[in-house]
Formats: sequence, C-alpha cells, structure tokens
Amino acid sequence: MKNKKWLGFIFLTIFALVLSGCNFNSPDTDKGSEKEKEGTKEGDTAATVEQVLKLSASAEIPTMDSTKAHDGVAFNVLNNTNEGLYRQDENNESILALAEKHDVSEDEVVHTFTLRDTKWSNGDPVTAADFEYAWKRVMREAGAYNYMLATAGIKNAEAIMNEEMDADELGIKATGDLTLEVTLESPNPLFVTLLAFPTFLPQNQEFVEGLGDQYALEAENVLANGPFKLVSWTHEQGWVLEKNEDYWDADNVKLDKVEVIVVKEPSTGANLYETGKIDRTLLTSALVQQYADNEDFQIEKESDIIFLRFNHNHPILGNPEIRRAINMAIDRDGLTDIILQDGSTPLYGLVAGGYYFSPDQKDYREINGDINKGSIEEAKTLWENTLAEIGEKEVTVSINIADSEAHKKVAEYLQAQLEDNLPGFKLEIKAVPFAQRLEIEKAITYDISLSSWGPDYSDPMTYLDMWVTGGSANRMDYDNPKLNNLVSQAYSETDLSKRFEMLLEIEKILLVEDAAIAPLYQTGSAILKRGNIKDLVKHPSGAEFSYKWAYIEE
Amino acid sequence: MHPSFCFMVRISPATVVFKDRGVNVKGYIFKRVGFMIVTLFVIVTATFFLMQLIPGTPFTNPEKLTEKQLVILNAKYGLDQPVAIQYLKYIGNLLQGDLGYSFQYEGRTVFSMIGDRIGPSAFIGLQALIFGSIIGLLLGIFSALKHNSVYDYLSVTIAVLGMSIPSFVFAALLQYYVGVKLEWLPVALWEGYSSTILPSFALSVTVIATVARFIRSEMLEVLGQDYVTTARAKGLSEWTVIVKHVTRNALIPVVTMLGPLAVSIMTGTLVIEKIFSVPGLGEQFTLSILVLDYSVIMGITLFYSGLFILVVFLVDILYGLLDPRIDYKGAEQS
Repeated sequence: MKNKKWLGFIFLTIFALVLSGCNFNSPDTDKGSEKEKEGTKEGDTAATVEQVLKLSASAEIPTMDSTKAHDGVAFNVLNNTNEGLYRQDENNESILALAEKHDVSEDEVVHTFTLRDTKWSNGDPVTAADFEYAWKRVMREAGAYNYMLATAGIKNAEAIMNEEMDADELGIKATGDLTLEVTLESPNPLFVTLLAFPTFLPQNQEFVEGLGDQYALEAENVLANGPFKLVSWTHEQGWVLEKNEDYWDADNVKLDKVEVIVVKEPSTGANLYETGKIDRTLLTSALVQQYADNEDFQIEKESDIIFLRFNHNHPILGNPEIRRAINMAIDRDGLTDIILQDGSTPLYGLVAGGYYFSPDQKDYREINGDINKGSIEEAKTLWENTLAEIGEKEVTVSINIADSEAHKKVAEYLQAQLEDNLPGFKLEIKAVPFAQRLEIEKAITYDISLSSWGPDYSDPMTYLDMWVTGGSANRMDYDNPKLNNLVSQAYSETDLSKRFEMLLEIEKILLVEDAAIAPLYQTGSAILKRGNIKDLVKHPSGAEFSYKWAYIEE
Repeated sequence: MHPSFCFMVRISPATVVFKDRGVNVKGYIFKRVGFMIVTLFVIVTATFFLMQLIPGTPFTNPEKLTEKQLVILNAKYGLDQPVAIQYLKYIGNLLQGDLGYSFQYEGRTVFSMIGDRIGPSAFIGLQALIFGSIIGLLLGIFSALKHNSVYDYLSVTIAVLGMSIPSFVFAALLQYYVGVKLEWLPVALWEGYSSTILPSFALSVTVIATVARFIRSEMLEVLGQDYVTTARAKGLSEWTVIVKHVTRNALIPVVTMLGPLAVSIMTGTLVIEKIFSVPGLGEQFTLSILVLDYSVIMGITLFYSGLFILVVFLVDILYGLLDPRIDYKGAEQS
C-alpha cells in the first residue's frame, strides 16, 4: 500500500514540473486590460471610429535588428517603427523622410544629406552618426542583406563584403550632428530607390551596445524613430504598435494603434476575420471559392514572378526556338484561373506588371507587352520544325520542383499542357525539398526548373541583372554579351529616360531574342479586407506595408 | 535550468522508494540510467550526422546568397570545418549545457526558444491527456462490461473513428461551429484559459480512442482469467469483482501506453497548434527542419528524446510497483 503513495507522488512531481519548473508562460492576460485603457484614450483624432487596425502576420518576427533582418515580417515592423533617409510613398517611389535635404555633387558620386532634428523614443537625438554606425554594422555583422549596400554602389561595400577591406572603410561619414556624407563608387541611378530599404535604417550606438546580445529581442530592447512605436511583443503570438507622438510627421499619422497577431493557417485567419478579430486576411485557393462573393473580397497584385529556368547546356533545350515553342504552348490563363485561383495573374514577360513605371508614368509591362505569347498551332508548328532541324523526334526532359502543394499542381498542369500541345514531348516531374531544389539549380544539373524570384527594390533592374553571365542568380548558364553590356551601361546611366529604354531592351534580349526563360505567372493575393480601411499602402518589395497614411473611415 | 534536465534531477525520490526492496532494484536503476545516457548520446550523434546530409544551408534568404557570401558565412559560423570537428565542438558545448543560437531567429538561444514554447504545448497536452484518459477509460470499461452489445459496438465505432479521422478535421469543425457559428469559445489565439479549451478538446480525441481501445481489450482479457472466476465463486459482489480485481489489473498495461503517449502529446503537435495559433513547440520543430536551423533541430531532438527515454524509464519502474509479478532480478540478468 505504501507504494501507492509514492506512485501519486511521482505523478504529481511530473505534472508540477511540466506546469511550473519548465517555464510555463501563463497566457497573456494583460492584453485585455490594455485594450480597455486604449478605449478611453480615444477621441482626440476620431470622434466615432477607433483608429485601430488589426492585422495578422504569417510568422513571428525573427529579429528587430535592422542590420540582420531578412524577411517580410521584420521589414514590416521596422518600416513602420523606424525611418531612414528615404521611405516608400503611396506609389512605391522613394521620398525624402528623415533627410530634409539631399545634395549631390557634380560628378554624382558624393551625396550629402541634411537630417531633420528628430528624437529616438528614448529621447536621444537621431544623428548622422547613427546612420554611419548602422551601415557599418551591416557590413561588420555580414547581415543577410549586406549586398544591398553593394547594389547601392556605396564605396568599398563590395570589397568589404568579399573581406578584402575592413567595414570601417565604408563610404559613409557623419560630417556633423545632422549632416551625413555618402560616397559612391560611381554614379548610381538606383541609390535613392534603395535608400528606402530597411537595411539602411539608423541605429543608436549607445543603446545597441548597451544591450549587447539582448538588443532587438524584446519590445523594450528596440528604439523607434518612425511613425509608430513597438509597445508590446509577445513572442510567437503578436505585437502592438502605437502612434509615435514624437515623430516629425506625426500630424499625418492617423492610426492610433496597429495590433498584429501571428496566424499561420489561412482558414484560421478567415475564421478570425469573421469574428472580427482581424481586419484583413489572406485566402488560399480553397477559401477563394468560399468567399468569392463576399463584399470584402479583393485581389491584390503582388510582385513575385514564377517562371521556368531552362538548362542552356541541354542539347535540345539549349535551342532558343525550342524554348520559344514551350513558352507558346502553355496556356497561362488556365493555370492562374483554374488551377491556382489564388490571385495570381498570367505573365508574359520578366518584369512584373503594375509596379514599375517609366519617367512618364507608363507601366513597364504594358510598354513591352506580352512576349512569346502564341497560339497552340503556332507553338506546334515551331516545335515540329525546330525538332526536325535538330534531327530529333522525341524529347524527354525532367522538371525540378520544390515539393510544395502549389508547385506540384503547377508542374502537373505544365506536364499535361506540354505533352498535349507539343508532339513527342515528355516531361518527368522531380519533386525535392525546397533547399535541394535550390542546390540543384545552383549546380545546373536540371533540365527545366520551376523557379521564383522576388524583387529586392522597386526598380525593374532587380529582375534584369540576375541574368548576367556568371551571376549568382543566373543558375542556367545563360550567356549573352549584349545583355551583359546593357546591364552594366544601365547601372551607371543617370538619365532616367535613357535608362528606362535600356531596361526595356534588356528584357527584349532575354525573351524576344533568346526566349531564355518561360515566365508563367505573377503572384497575387486574394484577401478579405474591411471596406472602411483606407490608404493602407502595400509595397512590392522591402516592407510589405506602410501604415503611416492608413486610417479607418467613419 | 533546461526543461529536460529538471526532470533528471527529480529522479531521486524514485530511488528512495526502492531502497527497502533490496539491492537488485538499486543496481537495476543504476544500470538503466547508464543506458539512458548512452541512448541519448547515440541519438544526438545520429541526428547530428544525418542532419548534415540534408542539402541546403541554415542561413536566411538562401535564394539570394552568392557563393562568396556563403563561404564567408560558413566560416563565420564554423560550418566550413570538417563535420567531425563540428560534432566534437557541439558535444563539448552540450556538456556545458550550451545548445547554441538559432540561425533563423538571430540572437535567440535554443534554450529560450524551447523554454518559451513548451509551456502552451504542455498545458494543452496535459488537459487533453487528463480529459481523454477519463473519457477513454469510461468508454473502454463500459464497452468491455457490455461486451458484444449495442453499447460495445457504439463505443468501438467511436474509438475507430477517433483513431482514423485526422485531428485537424475535428479541429477545423470545432473552430468553425463552436468558435465562428456559436461564438461560445475563442476561434484561435492564446488569450487566457478559454482559448485552451478547443485545442485541448481536438487533441483529446486521439487519446480517447487510444485509451478506450486499449482498456477494452485488457478488460476482456482479465475478465477471462481464473482469479476472476475464483473471486466470483467466493461470492464477492459483482461491483467488488469489477473494481478491485478486474479494473485494477487491467489498468496496469495502460500505464505503459500512457507514458509515451503523454510525451508525444505534451511536446506539441504541428496541426493543432497551427490551426488554433497556439505558440507551441510542435510547429517550431517542423519549421526548423524545413529551414535547416541546425541548432534548433538538435536542441528539440535532444529535448524530445530525453523526455521520452525518461518517461519510458519511469513507466518501467512504475510497472514493477504495480505488478508484483515483475522481478527486477530477471531483468538484470537478461
């Protein structure tokens, strides 16, 4: 009988340990009381409607350290709680933000910025030294986006990245409390566009170093100098931003609060939307059918592109006319409207549509139009003729895809389309884990690879310069000296109209001349969004949203 | 202190129990603990080397990393060294209680990541386990006593359905009807006790089914034993026979099953945690494998297996306590 007593004791010990000894966090209960407090504070901006925006995020914030941040979730919070020299406006153009004035030397190499007199959320002034410190820190820490400084053409960035120089030799210098001098390698038309990217944000050296390895891991361990402040951050669950009254442009910030919760499952997001817990949610194709008639249903264009890489060393796929025939044989409308149904739109070009405009405000995609779009008959004729020239009757190739549900659906569709429309064509699907798909692509040991690309900055160049010979994103041994030349010319062309012409031409070389890849579709998102949310700006690259101008309509 | 180690420390009460049962038990426990450490070591080693075979890098933004950057990053994190050296370093750090830093969540220690997330998983798991065991036991016992009746078939059907319908179906149904339509309980999120109910309930379905099926077959077996017939022949009331002789003995094997079940259910499940937005460990583990977050994969594997080995050990000890037929002497000789 005495055994029994011990039995109970052991069980109790286990349970007690699970509950107490092992870090059980009691659910966040002060959230509710916080909400009530906010409710009473209302009234100064809106008479009837609470200026509170409730959003969801697909994942936890990996880090709030702008020098190490690498994903959309972190960029989003950084973009809205901090401010750099420039920020993206409603049209995704870079506009002066923390910098009041931007002077350029005659040779367009030395850029001098005059900062506004502003404060960090701990009361310290934001100085030019904060920029110098942060940018050098990006290089020193080899942050995930350190190549952005090289893309921006900042002096010595490339050499520092390759460890040929020290981070202190970066071409940035605080010449006064509020004057910052940035030196470029050579004139760079992209420089200003890139400055809106979160990697270029300032950091308060004393604060960062005071916290050491605890910096940016909790809400109280970060500083704000932007439109909002991060006031709470419950790991894996969500975070709350509140309006930063000390922000220089606070008068134009209408929201009082943005609450973000982590929701990883789209169907859960839809259910939370229905119960009013969130004001905007993303729908997967299964949910699209269910909500297509809902008055809050919307499709938003996105800027990622999905395309096929061809192995240019392949005896048959190496032929541009073969690639063109494949391009023409795929019905993209069927792919996006029947198979995917997730807001994606057909793409007949390299640069995504709807986001990139010429100096006279014409859409890049519309100017270059649909490339390699043809009827099935045309595709068939071209295919058969080219095949006859090569002297082949049948072609069997494999397609390298990541083993995600969406990619499998796309690959199966391609298989059906190509085998039906191109006589003698056989496509084998090889699904591998995402990381392996990338390895195979980098080693160029595939025939065809289903790839994706997301822009790093708001300029067509982010899609175009990946195809230069030997470029790390080329991954298909594509080699056209004409394209290489034009890309390097466009890098330094500061006449924006001439430059835009060059950008248009680069796409033509890649697709009209060489049919080097087969673009499939541009991503989009089907969403539910409350009708009274206005001016919530969505960007194609960097941070997804700017909350600065958003408001809730009464 | 790291969660898995805090269990280790509390082993001592169990040792005390066995003192009066003779040296054999003490020796047995001693030997078992030795084996546990060896097992854990083998698991750590195997995971470490297997993990290296997965292609890819643990670094973020792999799509845009250039070869040169990759070389520099590998050097920075010591991944350019031979795997054997990396392994020895890892073991060295491990012996000092250091599990390293996550690659994906820069600056976060693996320690704090497990610590932050095990709470919600364990809480939901425990609730599901307690609720599921009680319902499962009642269902199983009742079904065995009414063997081959309509009730029996009904409860067997429930158990089979519970086993075969994936838990995410229940989860989605519960979320939609109880959360969205009836608005009785929160749809998801982790905001106070009420939000733990639906996930616990969805999770308990498997427990109910497993326990019910198990106890039913055990009960049926015990009911056919000679000593039950003897008890009845002695003129004991049916109630006494069932409670004292049948149920008690039928419960013994359940202990073996419940231990490992508890570990697997309390360390988190991917699907339930995702659907109800529970900030738990199960989802983290899957994600870390997908993005190849080496240190997190190792940390969580170590934690899971440590817990599992420990529970199996405790169950074996308990088994001896509950069932006097089991002799540690024999176990030690074999």
